[in-house]
Amino acid sequence: MKGFSGIYGVMGEFNSEGALREAARSAREHRYEQLDAFSPLPVEGLDEILGRTGSWAPAWVLTGGVIGGLTGYFLQFWGVGINYPFNVGGRPLDSWPLFIPITFELTILGGAVAAVLSLFVLNGLPQLHHPVFAVPGFERVTTDAFFLCILSTDPGFDPLLVRRFFMQETGAVAVTEMRR
Amino acid sequence: MTDRKAKTNSPSGEPRPALPIVEAAVSPEASSRPLWRSLDELTGSEEFWVWARREFPHGAAEFGDGVGRREFLRVMGAALAMAGLAGCARPPQTKIVPYVDQPENIKADRPLQFATAMALGGFGTGLLVRSNEGRPTKIEGNPSHPASLGAAGPFEQAAVLQLYDPDRSRTVLHDGNIEPHGAMLEAVLEEVERHRPEQGRHFRLLTGSVTSPALAAQIEALRATLPAMKWHQWEPISRWSIHQGAQLALGQLAEPDYRLENADVIVSLDYDFLFLAPDRLRLTKAFTSRRRFDQVGFLQPNALLVAEPTLTITGSMAQARLPMAAADMKWLAWTLGAQLGLGPSPARKAEGGVRLWLDTATAALREHRGRSLVLVGPGQDAETHALVHALNQALGNAGQTVVYRQPAAAQPVDHLASMAELVHDLESNAADGIVILGGNPVFTAPADFRLGEKLGRARFSLYLGLYEDETTACCRWHVPEQHFLEGWSDVRAVHGETSIVQPLIAPLYGGVSVHELMAAFLSQPAAQAHEIVREFWRQRLVPDGDFEKRWRQALSDGVIADTATPELGTSTGGGSLPGSARSEETAGQGYEVVFAPDPTIWDGQFANNAWLQELPKPFSKVTWGNPAIVSPAAAQELRVQNGDAIRIRHQGAEVEIPVWIQPGQAARTITLYLGNGRSRAGRVGDGVGVNTYRLRPSSGLWFCRDVEVTRSDRHAELAQTHLHHSLEGRDFFRVLPLTAFAQGKRAEGREPDPEQNQTLYGPASLNTAAYQWGMVINLTSCIGCSACVLACQAENNIPSVGAREVSRGREMHWIRVDHYFEGDPANPQVYQQPVPCMHCENAPCELVCPVEATLHSADGLNQQVYNRCVGTRYCSNNCPYKVRRFNFLQYADTATPSAQLVWNPQVTVRSRGVMEKCTYCVQRIRTAQIQAQEENRPIRDGEVIPACAQACPADAISFGNVADPKSHVSRLKTLASNYSMLGDLNTRPRTTYLARVEWDANPPASPCQRDTA
Amino acid sequence: MGRKPAGLALSTGHRMIPGTAQSKEETRARAERAEEPPRLVQGVATFRSITEQISGIVLNRRHPRSWWIGFGLAFLLTMGLFYAISVLLAVGVGIWGINIPVAWGFAITNFVWWIGIGHAGTLISAILLLLLQKWRNSINRLAEAMTLFAVACAGMFPLLHLGRPWAFFWLLPYPNGMELWPQFRSALVWDVFAVSTYLTVSIFFWYTGLVPDVATLRDRAKNRFTRLIFGFMALGWRGSAKHWRNYESAYLLMAGLSTPLVLSVHSVVSFDFATAIVPGWHSTIFPPYFVAGAVYSGFAMVLNIIIPLRKWYRLENVVTEQHLDHMAKVMLATGLLLAYGYIFEIFFAWYSGDPTEQYSVVNRATGPYAPLFWLLLLVNVVLPQSLWWRSVRTRPVLLFFAALSVNVGMWMERFVIVVVSLNRDYLPSSWRMFTPTGWDWLTLVGSLGLFFALVFLFVRFLPMVTMFEVRDLLAKEKGKSS
Repeated sequence: MKGFSGIYGVMGEFNSEGALREAARSAREHRYEQLDAFSPLPVEGLDEILGRTGSWAPAWVLTGGVIGGLTGYFLQFWGVGINYPFNVGGRPLDSWPLFIPITFELTILGGAVAAVLSLFVLNGLPQLHHPVFAVPGFERVTTDAFFLCILSTDPGFDPLLVRRFFMQETGAVAVTEMRR
Repeated sequence: MTDRKAKTNSPSGEPRPALPIVEAAVSPEASSRPLWRSLDELTGSEEFWVWARREFPHGAAEFGDGVGRREFLRVMGAALAMAGLAGCARPPQTKIVPYVDQPENIKADRPLQFATAMALGGFGTGLLVRSNEGRPTKIEGNPSHPASLGAAGPFEQAAVLQLYDPDRSRTVLHDGNIEPHGAMLEAVLEEVERHRPEQGRHFRLLTGSVTSPALAAQIEALRATLPAMKWHQWEPISRWSIHQGAQLALGQLAEPDYRLENADVIVSLDYDFLFLAPDRLRLTKAFTSRRRFDQVGFLQPNALLVAEPTLTITGSMAQARLPMAAADMKWLAWTLGAQLGLGPSPARKAEGGVRLWLDTATAALREHRGRSLVLVGPGQDAETHALVHALNQALGNAGQTVVYRQPAAAQPVDHLASMAELVHDLESNAADGIVILGGNPVFTAPADFRLGEKLGRARFSLYLGLYEDETTACCRWHVPEQHFLEGWSDVRAVHGETSIVQPLIAPLYGGVSVHELMAAFLSQPAAQAHEIVREFWRQRLVPDGDFEKRWRQALSDGVIADTATPELGTSTGGGSLPGSARSEETAGQGYEVVFAPDPTIWDGQFANNAWLQELPKPFSKVTWGNPAIVSPAAAQELRVQNGDAIRIRHQGAEVEIPVWIQPGQAARTITLYLGNGRSRAGRVGDGVGVNTYRLRPSSGLWFCRDVEVTRSDRHAELAQTHLHHSLEGRDFFRVLPLTAFAQGKRAEGREPDPEQNQTLYGPASLNTAAYQWGMVINLTSCIGCSACVLACQAENNIPSVGAREVSRGREMHWIRVDHYFEGDPANPQVYQQPVPCMHCENAPCELVCPVEATLHSADGLNQQVYNRCVGTRYCSNNCPYKVRRFNFLQYADTATPSAQLVWNPQVTVRSRGVMEKCTYCVQRIRTAQIQAQEENRPIRDGEVIPACAQACPADAISFGNVADPKSHVSRLKTLASNYSMLGDLNTRPRTTYLARVEWDANPPASPCQRDTA
Repeated sequence: MGRKPAGLALSTGHRMIPGTAQSKEETRARAERAEEPPRLVQGVATFRSITEQISGIVLNRRHPRSWWIGFGLAFLLTMGLFYAISVLLAVGVGIWGINIPVAWGFAITNFVWWIGIGHAGTLISAILLLLLQKWRNSINRLAEAMTLFAVACAGMFPLLHLGRPWAFFWLLPYPNGMELWPQFRSALVWDVFAVSTYLTVSIFFWYTGLVPDVATLRDRAKNRFTRLIFGFMALGWRGSAKHWRNYESAYLLMAGLSTPLVLSVHSVVSFDFATAIVPGWHSTIFPPYFVAGAVYSGFAMVLNIIIPLRKWYRLENVVTEQHLDHMAKVMLATGLLLAYGYIFEIFFAWYSGDPTEQYSVVNRATGPYAPLFWLLLLVNVVLPQSLWWRSVRTRPVLLFFAALSVNVGMWMERFVIVVVSLNRDYLPSSWRMFTPTGWDWLTLVGSLGLFFALVFLFVRFLPMVTMFEVRDLLAKEKGKSS
């Protein structure tokens, strides 16, 4: 494997999500673990095949929301009740029903911010350069091309075997070897 | 000063202690005039003035218009040049004596009060003028002056704005060219010399009615040098018919002195005595003293019956009001007389409402012999006055409810005749030298006299006037007159009580005192007014030798003791009732025009006063103009709406004027307010309204019958502050029938006010301070005179916004007087309701302000923080009383230096984009608190008096600490008639009202036979 | 792109499968002839054709004349707006017709109206997403953009209507020398939070949805400059399975957050009125009633924009009459909710037994502004009933005018609520009419100009239809049919 350290992986191109799905499945059957797929649209069932499901995003959003909400209520209660109390319209200082709307809005804001952050952080974006961009025809991944990639980090990785696998076991229309 | 006011105005009415005296800085050698010449030179004389006049953005009409860059720079330049002028605003170089305050600790921040007096139509009203660092800033009534008794009306209070008016004339003019003061003096001496040989046969003096003893003496002295000269007098609002009527009835000229406090029944024939009388403030106090349902156990109210052509504030207080043409008033008087067994009964019999009114009046008068009073207005002729004098005698009222005094005027004359004679002499060249002392007669004289062009025939004509006005245009010489706050003089009240007029400030615009001008004619050109007046009184005040003491006493009291005119025997020549030829005359079927002084600018002399121009006229609430007042019936006949113009022709004169349809107006009477439509009033007053003098003939100074009225197709937008006059069946204005009141019924609304704890939260006890301020407004005593509105404007630096802004609904008055009509439009029930900020404990405005710009102080004030306000105007939307006012544009005039001198330094001047409103005069509260702290005592009840309460002649507004159950205001709030406006909204207002107590049945048969059940 | 992939292996890799390209085309063409076109994407559509069609609008230079005319017009109006604003700042809010008692006039009316319009986007993207309405896919991008621009226009007014606009930031909670906080009990402060949150979240939502499409533009861009711009905007999106997984869950969560948000925003706006004691404002039905009205006008505005656009850019195959039909139905439904609101406003006024409340209703129907009120009922309630007929819903021209009448009607409704309630409240003495000045009108028209200028710029520089979602749609349709 050390010999292949200059290689990022081998990429096979497919012309339909179905073909991609099939290729991924057979790759798994051939004991390939380190797989990545690229597609112009979310391909149903692919995650299950690749064996990566679930996302941390919900946890992020929950935290963000809770923080936002607490901030909201504290800001008001402390601001007009403790930090600089006023007699406003004869209302008591802790007029909590009037504090609900802002608390709510800040909850949403916190959640939403967390959601966007999760999207970028978890996806490692922004990342303007990546080896896959070097693959000829990869620009079509955002139009109608589908790619499956076996990474060189895979224990059973061997460029020749992998390329043969792509050409013989799957309907790949092109195979490319990616340098780091 | 506050504790002084407390003593004088506190309901307990303790006597005033002896007054400390202080002398202002005196530097005898320096007189004020040379200084002023030097300033003239400094500022480049004529060019500067002309240019400055053009460039100063002054006058409400211009507010809010964008200021271009160049204009801005010019204004700034002018402001710099004028800085020297502002610098001269300091106490005059003569001894003046403040009214109050300990001499030892005069502080710059502690304003002084000086007593002085203002003349209107010749008759004086005593005033206290507050002076901040030498600037007169606020005028209040003088409690020790009988014609004021501590109250001040709009005219008096607005005089301080007139003082600083940059449009006032600043220079001596000769044929329109600026001349030095000296040249004028030379011309005067020359003129006197010219007339001396013929003993002044061709010399004429024209004044208003003169009560000033010093001036009268000078005129007499002039007569001594020019025995053949003639002294003419002209007042557009003359009281001659009153005096002449007394002459007919009592055999000598007399001034009736009404004692309304003794009258159970008052019958007024076309006499708006709460507004027209020279002592209206005193009469208001006396009248309302018989309506004080807020005093414990008071159940002896007077009954007022009024017959009048147009609804007046007097008429609005009547139990039985009869709209009737002015021309019918004579007939009414004689019919009333006949019913009371006096004089022949007119052939024409009364029927319907008139009959009812007459019978009621007759019954009431009969029942209250000696405790009733009949009055008639100056617009009616001498015969009617004589009849009424006789009536009062017959009813035994003379001596009880009315006593007769010598007229206070130095030489009461028939002004019309006097003016007619003058005009004739001018025409026939019998007069070729004339001196006019104030009064703008060219504008106010009867149209058919054409005084203006006649004056042109005089070789020498000199006019002493505050403004370069219509009269200036017709005279060869114009001399700028001193404002009464600028120079020494003296004046008598209508019943003779004499005051020394003290100046509070050196002449701002180089004015000349009338006394000094007269002195010039007496060949004493160097004499100073101060010396003239002082010397005059030195001869009269020294029975006990110590003149200085008496003099200072007179100055500090504001009135000279024992100067009232002597009473006349009531029965002198009594009952010699002249038969009346014209008692049969009636208004007929044509339209009648009635001329009345304008409710806010009087005879036109206040036309350039933005405060008064913007003061809403009673009932119509029109500002900045004088629509013709027509009855609903007439409007229907003429097919006009409010603002549509009509043409009125009479004796060849014609005016085109918009109408205001006034409920309660006599059906075929059209009332025209005088004094508007000035052509040379100044930047504020020019072209505002319609000049109705043009229609006023010598044959009918007060009313003309059978005028020709046609509809014109023009329309004018009336700038009104109040458009909707119906109560809409709501309960914010509450009326208690007298019997219900006597039985202690509460003034209940549609819904009871919520309890304090009827909220989501329960009560929040955040009003923690020891003093909790509150106000009570008595709807029974309020006569709707608007004195409070002007007082508030003067005290709180409230800007005028001009006609355009008012018509857009942006007037700034912090307190307004709402008027509502109920019932038959031909003769409706009228209600007045002053509305300031209610200072709600649960203030809706505070809750919605996003930046805490309005919030509650610990002592219960609803405060507005101008610096913090961002101007969302949400508070105004959420204020159910709509008492908040917003600076939609830059209204405060920060560009005119002299306009800034009038500002009260204790009150912030608001800038564009911030909300403002009534503060309960918080500056006065805090001043009192500081005072109390210094003296280590609690604030006394009645020590804090807001400007509105202080000015109110009817004592309808009470203010004090509601946390103290013994305070006056707390006691009022416990009365059954006390209620909160819109209290069912749970706003818990601190300002509450005492319901208006009305007679159960109109009209009352016998007001005083009521048992306190 | 990138450096040349080196190595013999690669080239051999290519040699081994010659002529793949054409064979690829054949297979796909065959596949398509076999199945009938999906309903929501009409005509012969492939991933490539759809992508080319939509990205083409942005990427090729030439634009229909209608774009230039429309943009030019909108731009002029925008300049008018800026002029009006300059005068406003120089002279003061007094240039408007507002007075006491009507201290709020056009500014607040426009604010509420624009905020309402700004509700369609998030609603379509979020709620319809949660409701699995596939047809949303081809219109949500435009709707979201429209939301942003509408909210921007709306946000402008509360600032401009201040007496001292330069002090607006005092409404924000920030530590300051005065040690003051905003007065959190005021509905206006709630507005600040609600509207700013809404704007932020909408921007996130919109941009998130934009990333994969911007990546497409990056990859299809012809010249280097556009490729750079879109490259940066795409943040290096490469459509990997991981991307898609996190993307879909985050997007779904944001939809979940936006749904209560979009409902809360107009509720909070309605609190400006509902928490005040002005008769005609003080009503508990306001929040739902305002939200319904918001969605109503929002959809109307979407239709008013999308109907011309789909014609000018020949998008009939993507934005089908099917879509129009759906949107019209939503409009009809919310319109009926609104009508229900009208009726119950009247009922509550009567039921409250409060004469001032009752009078405020009577005043609307018979007072000085009565004609406006009846016209409002006509254009806002009566005319839209035509949407019951499918023939109207699917005829773009008719639908366009129906939507137009709704937009006008909704503006009039805001005006009636704001002004007609204020002009006659508790004390008759202060009753007064409101008459707008030229500046009022210029500001209103100008804000429309700004809005449309932004819309025009958007369709010029960003894909107005979400390409990847349409691809997804296509795929799902295929999956169904095969």
